Amino acid sequence: MPKPNRSFDKSLWVFHVNTGSCNGCDIEILAALTPRYDVERFGIKLVGSPRHADALLVTGPVSRDMVDKLKRFYEQVPDPKEVIVVGSCGISGGVFHESYDLAGPVDRIIPVDVYVPGCPPRPEAIIDGVVKAWMKLERLRGENR
Amino acid sequence: MADEIIHFVEIIIGVFLVAVFGMIFGLLTKGIDRKLAAHMQWRVGPPVIQPFLDVKKLFCKENVVPRNAVAWLYNVAPIVCLTSVIAILLYIPMGSIPPILKGYGDVILILYLLTIPSLAMVAGGFASGSPFATVGAQREMVLMMSYEFPLATTIIALGWKISTLYPGEAAFSLTTFTKYPVWNIMGPFGIIGAIILLVVMILVTTGEITKVPFDIAEAETEIAEGVFVEYSGRNLGLFYLADAVKTVVMASLIVALFFPYNLSTYLGSSIHLPSIAWNAIDFLFYLLKLEIVIFFSMTFIRVSVARFKVDQVVKVYWGYLTLAALIALVLIALDILL
Ligand code: SF4
Repeated sequence: MPKPNRSFDKSLWVFHVNTGSCNGCDIEILAALTPRYDVERFGIKLVGSPRHADALLVTGPVSRDMVDKLKRFYEQVPDPKEVIVVGSCGISGGVFHESYDLAGPVDRIIPVDVYVPGCPPRPEAIIDGVVKAWMKLERLRGENR
Repeated sequence: MADEIIHFVEIIIGVFLVAVFGMIFGLLTKGIDRKLAAHMQWRVGPPVIQPFLDVKKLFCKENVVPRNAVAWLYNVAPIVCLTSVIAILLYIPMGSIPPILKGYGDVILILYLLTIPSLAMVAGGFASGSPFATVGAQREMVLMMSYEFPLATTIIALGWKISTLYPGEAAFSLTTFTKYPVWNIMGPFGIIGAIILLVVMILVTTGEITKVPFDIAEAETEIAEGVFVEYSGRNLGLFYLADAVKTVVMASLIVALFFPYNLSTYLGSSIHLPSIAWNAIDFLFYLLKLEIVIFFSMTFIRVSVARFKVDQVVKVYWGYLTLAALIALVLIALDILL
């Protein structure tokens, strides 16, 4: 895996995957981009293609139909990459717990680095989750040194 | 023989300097653009050096080549794109510093060279073998065909005026445009025509550097970044750089055609400085003019409006802007006849 350099901390491009969420978390992610929270000042940018992304922002409990798509999204992100799960339903199933159509939670399908709990979490919590992701990158730098 | 070698070495050093300048200043411009756009939306915005960090990050990421891509074309397209925009920059004067390849080409050549970056993007899009990229490449071609005509009309109108006034000069050479600034040689009709042409040129620039509202080829909400959908890592970084340099190129073209004024011509007689200092001042003045042009052709428009649909883009360029350019051409023709 290529070694992440320092600029990763200041320029993290995220790709947002919705795996069957209720749209609550998706709105909160958008709220983090609005002028009130303005995550662009940390260099965080929402991109339109997983190939450009450094981090996957996964919301939703992963319905059966989304399993192979989620795997493919994960594989399409170039290394070094990380996965941030936003919302309780991606962590444990949340309100969709014991649903007949549930293949998740997310960490049953792809490796997850950061969990952001809440239904939905506040934008501050999502920003905090991204900061935790930076800590993982710092660890990777330490390991690879 | 020795002269030729010295000339050759000069050109090589010049090319190197211009390339470094284009990339650094292009990235800086992108940063300033993002900062200004953020302030216009009441945000704080990223630091001005953000594009440098982005490129640095992209260059250390994994470079994925999709299995069904045409690998050599896919990898060569970003390089062609970047080198061709740098090549255009060699033909454009910067302040009072003449272009590196002075005398080897004129505006007509620049017109042709300007299509190469777009063609490289189209080739890269088709080569990446993704349906999104194919749609993006087709849209890029549509866009390219749309803005070409108003752009050509603008340059021809200006060149025509100069060639009738000064038959002895090379009508389409950028040095001639610099020597006789548009606003000094035009009559009343011509001034109106030139203002229309300036507006046309600014809108063509927005399309040329594919920014909102003309970014149909990279529409990330519709076709997932279009031509760039499969690009990652180093290749994406090269495209990012090429886009930055292209912004500088287009703005420089506007500055060279419409605002070729230098401070040294006006203040040189009253303030005495060595010529190298004047060169530096003119160069800084040129950078200032670039930033102003870029603000109006990119940041301001980008923040104010939303993206056009494909057919609307064609209508704007082929309909309104072509019409405006032709009216300006008629006005300038009147100006020549009267
Ligand atoms: S965590 Fe709650 S708000 Fe978020 S997507 Fe799941 S159900 Fe909706």
